[in-house]
Amino acid sequence: MRDTISLYLRFVSVCLRSKMQYRASFILLSAGQFFSLLLEFLAIWALFARFGSLRGWSLPEIALFYGVTHGSFGVAEIVGRGFDTFSDMIKSGDFDRFLVRPRSTTLQVAGREFDGRIGRLVQSVAVFCWGLHALPITWTLAKAAILAAMVIGATCLFYGLFVLQATLSFWTVEGLEIMNAVTYGGTETAQYPLTIYRPWFRGIFTFLIPLACVNYLPAGLLFGGRHAALSAAPVLALCPIAGALFLGFSLLCWRAGVRHYCSTGS
Amino acid sequence: MTPYTALLSARFRVLLQYRAAAFAGFGTQLFWGLIRVMIFQAFYDSSAAVQPINRAEAVTYIWLGQAMLGLLPWNLDSDIRAMVRNGTVAYELLRPLDLYSTWYMRAVAQRTAPTLLRCIPLFVIAGLFFGLRPPASPAACAAWLLTTAGAIALGCAFSTLMNVTLVTTVAGEGISRFVSPLVYTLSGMLIPVSLLPPGFLPVINALPFRGLVDTPFRAYLGLLPGHELGPALFHQAAWTLALVAIGRMLLQRSIHRLVIQGG
Repeated sequence: MRDTISLYLRFVSVCLRSKMQYRASFILLSAGQFFSLLLEFLAIWALFARFGSLRGWSLPEIALFYGVTHGSFGVAEIVGRGFDTFSDMIKSGDFDRFLVRPRSTTLQVAGREFDGRIGRLVQSVAVFCWGLHALPITWTLAKAAILAAMVIGATCLFYGLFVLQATLSFWTVEGLEIMNAVTYGGTETAQYPLTIYRPWFRGIFTFLIPLACVNYLPAGLLFGGRHAALSAAPVLALCPIAGALFLGFSLLCWRAGVRHYCSTGS
Repeated sequence: MTPYTALLSARFRVLLQYRAAAFAGFGTQLFWGLIRVMIFQAFYDSSAAVQPINRAEAVTYIWLGQAMLGLLPWNLDSDIRAMVRNGTVAYELLRPLDLYSTWYMRAVAQRTAPTLLRCIPLFVIAGLFFGLRPPASPAACAAWLLTTAGAIALGCAFSTLMNVTLVTTVAGEGISRFVSPLVYTLSGMLIPVSLLPPGFLPVINALPFRGLVDTPFRAYLGLLPGHELGPALFHQAAWTLALVAIGRMLLQRSIHRLVIQGG
């Protein structure tokens, strides 16, 4: 296990060093992503300027949801790059080489590549801090722990989605655009509180993809009962575990996919 | 048939082959559209104030955006990028054709063919089940078709300009990373232009982006009165000509300095 972790960290450092060889590209890509998300947040601001509120929610409150969601997605996007772009390996047949190496495929694919774009992470942390500053929430150690659990849970969940996306390409070969609906679509959804959506849609993102468990449900504890729509029952602090369970489930699917795989080449 | 129209129809038919991709794209855009519709409906439910476009119009606007997303010049032509990187762009220079027109025709095919495949099922499904309304009147439909043609001409001039920048920058990703979010936000794709703060409008009216999305969509909804149709078309045409002129000039200059590597 220790050996696995040290190998993974080595993959990380090799990849980061190679990225840093193209410093200008790293800065441009990150700045571009930051700019893009900044405009998106300005659009949310424009909607609030026009409509005043979103079913009783204020902009700073949305900023907290936004920050947690995009922050977690930002981390998952960086570390999950190996799985995100995995379908290329299937198409080119490069995955076959991984199978003959004396290490697990999960480790090798996870350590294959890292995304250098930190724009989303920086932007979401900034939005989150602004929201925090604008809201009269008193912070306790327990709340900080819940926030950490939410971020870790959501990161696991998004990572799990990338693993599932990679797993699907064992069958479809071509990467599936439809998975963007749940990865990017999931972030778009979870940047607002789930109450604003219709029941069937909430069902999808609660039971099928437990995004609500890492985001909306435990958020009630952070707001401390300021919202009638949100419960602050202490048991909800356990919800973020669903993110880890989802990742576990995705990795099981991945294993099944690897067993099924029989190369695309001749 | 001139070589350019032949090229256009050939590319168009090639791109029509990707039906599975279109189907997957349709599913993604349907889901995405549903999310956005629910968000906008929630905003409309939160305020009783009269808005420049009403709730039902906003829903139709969002669905039109999903259907017409492919027309938006938000990405580069990956074939041109590959040609510039591996040097085969030299073959393009050898052909007895005007390079700019060739690339413009590629852009027209790249924008219209996938969009045609995706928009038909989206119109049907969103129209039947999710609140996409038909054009406000026959006149609105005609105005919509006219301004959409203008939007395609403008969008392709914009695409071609972005593709031309690939010749000088080689890596090329850089520019589109900054231009795409601008196009996406200021055209109306992210949020209907009429819902942006009124203070922004003079700037947005001067820029070309509104002609890509907002103008045809307002025409569709019947929110573009007859006397505004002429100026709107003029705005599209003027920007198209300007972008074509800039694109041609830039291409001319970069071809002059182009060094093809390899032997």
